[in-house]
Amino acid sequence: MKLTKLSALVASTALCAPMAMAEDMANELTIVSWGGAYSSSQKNAYHDPYTAKTGVKIINDESSAEAVAKLRAMNEAGNVTWDVVDVVAADAMRLCDEGLAMEIDPDTQLAAAPDGTSASEDFGDLLVSECFIPQIVYSTTFGYRTDLVGDTAPTSVCAIFDTEAYPGKRALEKRPINNMEWALMCDGVAKADIYDVLETEEGQEQALAKLATIKDDVIWWSAGADTPQLLADGEVVMGSTYNGRLFSVIEEQKQPVAMLWDAQVFDLDGWIIPAGLSPERQARALDYIMFATDTQRLADQAKYISYGPARASSAPLVGQHAELGIDMAPHMPTDPNNAKNTFLYNYEFWADYRDDIDAKFQAWLAK
Amino acid sequence: MALTPVENQTPGFVAATAAASGAFFGLFVGTSQGSGLMGVLVGAAIMAALGFALTSMLDKEKPFRWVLIAAFAVAGFFLGGLPAAVLGGLFGWFAGWFIFWLGTSRYRAHLAPYLTSGQVLWHYTFRVICGAVFTFLITPILVVMPLSFNAQDFFTFTPEMLRFDPAGYSLKHYQDFFSNQDWQNALWNSIRIAPMATVISVTFGTLAAIGLSQPHVPFRRAIMAILISPMIVPLIISAAGMYFFYSRIGLQGTYMGVVLAHAVLGIPFVIITVTATLVGFDRSLTRAAANMGAGPVTTFFRVQMPLILPGVVSGGLFAFITSFDEVVVVLFVGSAGQKTLPWQMFIGLREQISPTILAVATILVGISVLLLATLELLRRRSERLRGMSPG
Repeated sequence: MKLTKLSALVASTALCAPMAMAEDMANELTIVSWGGAYSSSQKNAYHDPYTAKTGVKIINDESSAEAVAKLRAMNEAGNVTWDVVDVVAADAMRLCDEGLAMEIDPDTQLAAAPDGTSASEDFGDLLVSECFIPQIVYSTTFGYRTDLVGDTAPTSVCAIFDTEAYPGKRALEKRPINNMEWALMCDGVAKADIYDVLETEEGQEQALAKLATIKDDVIWWSAGADTPQLLADGEVVMGSTYNGRLFSVIEEQKQPVAMLWDAQVFDLDGWIIPAGLSPERQARALDYIMFATDTQRLADQAKYISYGPARASSAPLVGQHAELGIDMAPHMPTDPNNAKNTFLYNYEFWADYRDDIDAKFQAWLAK
Repeated sequence: MALTPVENQTPGFVAATAAASGAFFGLFVGTSQGSGLMGVLVGAAIMAALGFALTSMLDKEKPFRWVLIAAFAVAGFFLGGLPAAVLGGLFGWFAGWFIFWLGTSRYRAHLAPYLTSGQVLWHYTFRVICGAVFTFLITPILVVMPLSFNAQDFFTFTPEMLRFDPAGYSLKHYQDFFSNQDWQNALWNSIRIAPMATVISVTFGTLAAIGLSQPHVPFRRAIMAILISPMIVPLIISAAGMYFFYSRIGLQGTYMGVVLAHAVLGIPFVIITVTATLVGFDRSLTRAAANMGAGPVTTFFRVQMPLILPGVVSGGLFAFITSFDEVVVVLFVGSAGQKTLPWQMFIGLREQISPTILAVATILVGISVLLLATLELLRRRSERLRGMSPG
């Protein structure tokens, strides 16, 4: 008897609490992101100005790495506690397909550029999903120890397969994406043909065979912070990671490391709003998104971290690093000097082949 | 105190045993210099030669031991600078002590005369094994401590640190812990959650243990098994179950939810320790108390509780540590507002390998040591007061 009373009481307070605060918009926002330097760049560029403008309290949850799984669980439990979630484009597409993220109309729900260009034109091709509002362009690329590569610094991504010229361990991400492309490219496949080759069994075998030539020299990483640590330790001579991490190692931590921009792979990161929020929470989330993805705000984020803003109109506004005072433009993955040879994450290909190639890759790893 | 009369050993025996220890240490030095095998051979050769040479001069122990310390320190200095010199000096001290300890048969002197050589060998092998276990347990914790004073943002012993250059050390990670809002929130959440969960675990766990130790309670074993199950069921399964259950009743993402979840995890520890102390509890005492007119509540607080207190306190300590260390359940049951220290450390490790985690770990180790030492002192004091132990 007592227990039923108690649970009824708990349930009713839980139900009443949001109602008591019911206004047009909720006055609290739970924003999910990746943590570390990336979250603090968002705090400086978006959260703090938004709180100053509206008085809304912003709670940070660093759970983006497991966002898809957690959103599924929340949806099943009927208790979505997140308002705005930062995810990579591929995750956004999955969430959108499963109906876990709400669709957003860029032209009515996002701010236009200062010169009046509509948001859909300003973001252009980067609007890869109906639920996804791109925020930054980042790249997965290589850094190398300047003191361990001898007299000739590597200029091509194929240096990772050249253990004679550059002996030592390399750090590669523990997944097939990007590694397979680099392997084929360095095995003589023309860039335009890479995905045609990778579709076939033989192509996949070829890529794994190329990777097998350096398998004993590879340290596989799974968190973005691993490669910077390994480079700082001198455990690896070169390694792939996100370009912003390498910027921090080189410019902020002053380690003897340099960028190898060749064959960097662009990817997008941005916001989604979970489906099924109450109207007032949804209104608040949309208001935040409108604010945080306008031209100035996206350009502001580049003051704190070297990721390129997703709007075309933000690029000219990118200035200097907030603390170091160096120009940020040359450190952007999209800078013409850095972007001579690039890939764009192939969303369609990997959506179709990911499970299959993943299984093969993991089996190959275990061999 | 010598139990057994001894004589000096032959050079061959000393050289062989010393060579074995030299090979062991040489393995570490050799591996760090690039070749383990070379290290083993060189270490064994050096120690064998020293053992052989020194057994003929066993009467001049003092000067030769100093010579060894100095020689190894200088050799270390040329191999790897100041830190290696310190290590070399320590090794020189060990080598000198070991060779003379063997040579003058001091190792045999304090053991009973009737032991066979096999038993003597086992006596020392056992000690070496214990020492190795202890080293493996404690080294990872000790390594963390100097790293937390790193002036750089990586888990790396920088060249400055190895040279003992003050510029290589800094307190900035400690400063970061005390000034960073995320870490402070996490600290406060842990401090708010763990004691509350402990109080609940101790209360319910003690009551359950007392109840379940009464012989007339039906289904005792089944109830006991259910109450202990959070300790046996994989944590991730409890966590997922709690997540869905708490979501439905509105406890997910609340302070009370996390406290209750942690209390559930802590209860088995309290039940087990209290049940164990109850085994030695004399039931005639409660009957005597009842005989003198005390109600069950008075009996519990005046008679039973003081006697089972050690079990309750150690169960409570385990419950506290469980809650304070727990990361899996809180990830599910909590929301960003209940981020505890382990959660924050987990995020920190995954997203940004920052030595602030090491600074926090060092502080936590310090607190744990203080807590356990205090508890042990209190226990000894109460035993002394009750006259249970001499001393």
